[in-house]
Amino acid sequence: MVKADTFERGVHPHESKELTAHKPIESAHLPRRVVIPLSQHIGAPAKPEVNIGEEVKRYQMIGSPPGFVSAPVHASISGKVIAISDFLHPSGRMVPSIVIESDGKDEPLPLEDNPDYLNLPPDEIKALIRDAGIVGLGGAAFPTSVKLSPPKEKPIDTVILNGAECEPYLTADHRLMVERPEDVVNGLKIIMRALGVPRGFIGIEMNKPDAIKVMKDATVGEGDIDVRQLKVKYPQGAEKMLIKAITGREVPPKGGLPMDVGVVVQNVGTAVAIYEAVRYRKPLIERVVTVTGRGVREPKNLKVRIGMMLSELIEDCGGLVDGAVKVIVGGPMMGFAQWSLDVPVVKGTSGVLVQTEEEFFPSEEYFACIRCGRCIDVCPMGLNPSMLSILSEKGHYEEAKEYNLFDCFECGSCAFICPSKRPIVQFIRLAKSQTKP
Amino acid sequence: MAVEQKRHPLIVSVSPHVRDRETVGRIMWSVNLSLMPALIASFYYFGPRAVFVTALCIISSVLSEYLFQKALKRQITISDGSAFLTGLLLGMNLPPSVPFYIPIVGSVVAVVITKQLFGGLGYNIFNPALIGRAFLLITWPRAMTTWSAPTAQFTALDAKTTATPLGILKEEGINKLIEEFGSKGDLYINLLFGNRAGSLGETSVILLLIGAAYLLYKRYITWHIPISFLSTVAILAWVFGGKEGLFTGDPLIHLLSGGLILGAFFMATDYVTCPTIRKGQIIFGIGCGAITMLIRLKGGFPEGVMFAILLMNCFAPLIDRNVKPELFGAVKEKKR
Ligand code: SF4
Ligand code: SF4
Repeated sequence: MVKADTFERGVHPHESKELTAHKPIESAHLPRRVVIPLSQHIGAPAKPEVNIGEEVKRYQMIGSPPGFVSAPVHASISGKVIAISDFLHPSGRMVPSIVIESDGKDEPLPLEDNPDYLNLPPDEIKALIRDAGIVGLGGAAFPTSVKLSPPKEKPIDTVILNGAECEPYLTADHRLMVERPEDVVNGLKIIMRALGVPRGFIGIEMNKPDAIKVMKDATVGEGDIDVRQLKVKYPQGAEKMLIKAITGREVPPKGGLPMDVGVVVQNVGTAVAIYEAVRYRKPLIERVVTVTGRGVREPKNLKVRIGMMLSELIEDCGGLVDGAVKVIVGGPMMGFAQWSLDVPVVKGTSGVLVQTEEEFFPSEEYFACIRCGRCIDVCPMGLNPSMLSILSEKGHYEEAKEYNLFDCFECGSCAFICPSKRPIVQFIRLAKSQTKP
Repeated sequence: MAVEQKRHPLIVSVSPHVRDRETVGRIMWSVNLSLMPALIASFYYFGPRAVFVTALCIISSVLSEYLFQKALKRQITISDGSAFLTGLLLGMNLPPSVPFYIPIVGSVVAVVITKQLFGGLGYNIFNPALIGRAFLLITWPRAMTTWSAPTAQFTALDAKTTATPLGILKEEGINKLIEEFGSKGDLYINLLFGNRAGSLGETSVILLLIGAAYLLYKRYITWHIPISFLSTVAILAWVFGGKEGLFTGDPLIHLLSGGLILGAFFMATDYVTCPTIRKGQIIFGIGCGAITMLIRLKGGFPEGVMFAILLMNCFAPLIDRNVKPELFGAVKEKKR
């Protein structure tokens, strides 16, 4: 047995990655129009920098960050701005967005190559990352430049690249590692330089042996970078679990952050985007998305322009099958089910999963908690999901705080395992919305 | 400009969008299944009476759940296997010779009063089968403590009555018990295989353990309660169980006799009425073991498993409030 790093508890949902794991990344077609939300990140929404009717080019900045915790957005195609108004975002909220209709030419602004990018001073690196609008591509979408600027009293000594991809079905990061290992490593080196950190890890779940091998080959001779294999277990790729698995450190509860234990975690996709931004000054206008599930005719890993509508994207996969009933943006454990296909791919969209009737689980049919304790056994945060769900069900939201309500990061392990099929995450979200930390 | 496309009515629900295969029904029916070897052995030892008693318990339990839920227009849940399990466990807790109304009354008390009146599966405080049995024991003490000797002849309808091994141990001491069975070795063997007087399900320790191993393997139960329960019984039996002073007791006799194995693996582990947190379950198991031995050694009854579990059921909510799982990162926080 090879040594594998891991955390305590967690669950083993069926991986279902075989649908796309061996399919090389293809480019999706050029979208006819894109809807670019001004808020695709955690923090203040960007301010529009264009007017309706204006012609824009690919890479052009169309929304600027109003503050430190924010990120700019860029045009992902060339064409004309036809609307600036509220649009449905995959999170289910209406978000101010810029709509661009393609002129079919896809004309870019020029990029420039700086082969000496690894010797840029840290501040310049961070500025380039910020200007490129890079946010965490693993799903959380936290502005990357902010993560790379920790306060002085929190010294960072370790960078971890997250290649766990523990959500079932998703293979975007997997393919990126297999196809572009050097860019991943270069991205990591840039991050390490920006933070002045001597030690870097790349954590990959063992269900991706090809990625582990390729990444190991790509880091031969890089003494300060270590590729670690992780046990296949959900949520191995959650920041706190990943840090625990690789460094043994535990991020403190009650709002503790990775920087409290000297670690910065970045997703492998983000690392590639960082490489492109720092070397070529290329803004983040596209990303790899796994479009998958038995509900699409031809599951694929696609390189997609930010802002492309799901309805258009799904065309590239042969459309939906007749029994398709549920469209999820993200993975099956934490993703958001969509009302409509008229929502755009955003920076944090790692996958689109379409379930058919057979895979779908009716969530209204649930029963009383039989107190089996299975949810407690699997909660990676060491919470008591049974109690949290019961308290929330009864409306005792304040009391739920005594059970560390706000330490739940909604990974869904508890609801996954519950034999009574209780919508525990829904109960927890309800309680969180009804009270304050 | 909206892209032309077929309208699919999409279903929206909260994550996670995939679920584990286990359901309450699967778990309950598996527990029922795990009890089958021991049940069949009781048929072998006690004949048609055993079949009659268990069948009556199961039928009346399932039927009373059905009728109650029907009458209150609640969702009918008999297919989840839990009423069946309550009936089965009650049957396995009865002497083979009880008159026909005892299984019926016991089932109604177990299912309707102990479980449904508290809100149904998940809300009851006490183990339904054990409350059923406790009620019967108090109401019909004679019938509930008249034990037939095993015949191992399916046709023998009138078995002779006798005392249980624990009863003999209590009234006449260990030497008499060994004498009854021939030798100490024979005593252990007969206890292991179930050739002794007692409740239906108290018979074959080996077959009960096979069922328990299956549940442990499937992770439907964990080791915490049974092991802490059994070790507490063993230690207390060894320390206080002997007539010649401390540390002279025979733990094996106590482990193998009475309803201990059935209780520790199949009834104390009842999800609804035991603590949910594993650390708390160890406390629960130790409590069960201590009360069992207190009753067996000092109390008026030869057997204490039932009352021990019922008493600890009262403490389960309290244990759950005070024993919390270890919060991720909390250890580090303390050290700082
Ligand atoms: S309680 Fe929260 S953190 Fe724990 S398993 Fe459930 S969703 Fe995950
Ligand atoms: S897994 Fe479900 S039934 Fe079991 S204790 Fe947790 S909430 Fe209750």
